[in-house]
Amino acid sequence: MQLRNPDRRLDLPGPLRVDVLIKRCGLHPNAVLVIRERHLLAGDDTVSDADTVEIRPVISGGSSAGSLGGSSGGSA
Amino acid sequence: MRCTRCRARAVVDVPRANAHFCGACFTEQYVPNLVLRAIKHDDMCSRSDRILVAVSGGKDSLALWQLLTDLGYQADGLYVGLGIGGYSDRSAVVCHDFAVALGRELITVDLEEYAGYTISAAARNKRRPACATCGLSKRHVFNAVARDRGYDVLATGHNLDDEVAVLFGNVLRWETDYLARQSPVLTSTHPSLVRKIKPLYRIAERETAAYCVVKGIDYVVEECPLVEGNTQMKFKSALDALEEASPGTKHSFLFGFLEKGKAHFPSDGAELRACSRCGSATPGEVCAFCKAQATLIQITPRPTSEVGL
Repeated sequence: MQLRNPDRRLDLPGPLRVDVLIKRCGLHPNAVLVIRERHLLAGDDTVSDADTVEIRPVISGGSSAGSLGGSSGGSA
Repeated sequence: MRCTRCRARAVVDVPRANAHFCGACFTEQYVPNLVLRAIKHDDMCSRSDRILVAVSGGKDSLALWQLLTDLGYQADGLYVGLGIGGYSDRSAVVCHDFAVALGRELITVDLEEYAGYTISAAARNKRRPACATCGLSKRHVFNAVARDRGYDVLATGHNLDDEVAVLFGNVLRWETDYLARQSPVLTSTHPSLVRKIKPLYRIAERETAAYCVVKGIDYVVEECPLVEGNTQMKFKSALDALEEASPGTKHSFLFGFLEKGKAHFPSDGAELRACSRCGSATPGEVCAFCKAQATLIQITPRPTSEVGL
């Protein structure tokens, strides 16, 4: 999983619902979009171990990322 | 999750409206309708107006330019190169490529050529935050270019979250003068001032970003390197927590103010005159831009050819 601003990568075990993924990363759902292969994912979509997704902050001025949780494993 | 309008698979949720949208309904119905509603409700502009859109390469300004063009408005773009290293260089390329794809004119102004300083240099001035200097500089250049090139209206990409954060900050500090001026439309109160509009003020920041992703608009995702510690960003973070706990809080705060609160903060009615240096409107002898420029030119490093090295 790729997170923007600042750019960093994180491996989380899947499958995970997108809304759970956002919470797991300590982010506000209103402050990010989750994108897979240039397509938006909704909160009830699921990402699998094989997926690479981008979590993109949408708040100009930089989004406070909060603490990043989750254990390493397959990439979600 | 299904689209509230057509029952197709939804990709965007709008909790404050208790709605979900598929990509097509979101980009071709929901967002354009909110822009049209803003334009008509606040009598922002007409299709015969020449509109200049201030573009940065970010999601809001590019979305605004796309939307105004799609809705049949005559909208050109203005990009101001702020001199923030590679960030500004990349933003300029994005704006140029977008203008070409849109088929509209892009006016580019280099702040250092125009005013003799860069925002990177301004960041070394400890007496004034870089973001404040950047905002002051852009407002001046936007208005000057729009005025000098004969545009009827200057449009900026301020969205719902921007307006709410500004309102929040002004209420926290009881900045009554600023509260009196907070509006989606700023009419011209002096011959040198161009009418200013904010057609995205009914659309949340997340929605403009989603609009760009669905439409395939490659905006600059990278954040300005000078923004760290920005006060407005802290307000937005606090407001996001409130919005998550109670969807619609931001909307109620802004529209409650515009409909019920703003009337309690009348304009001070200060008489404006032309700045003795640049001719821009100002309540004093010299405008804030010219005062800041005088200081900033002194701390901006000159090219080696000018300093004899």
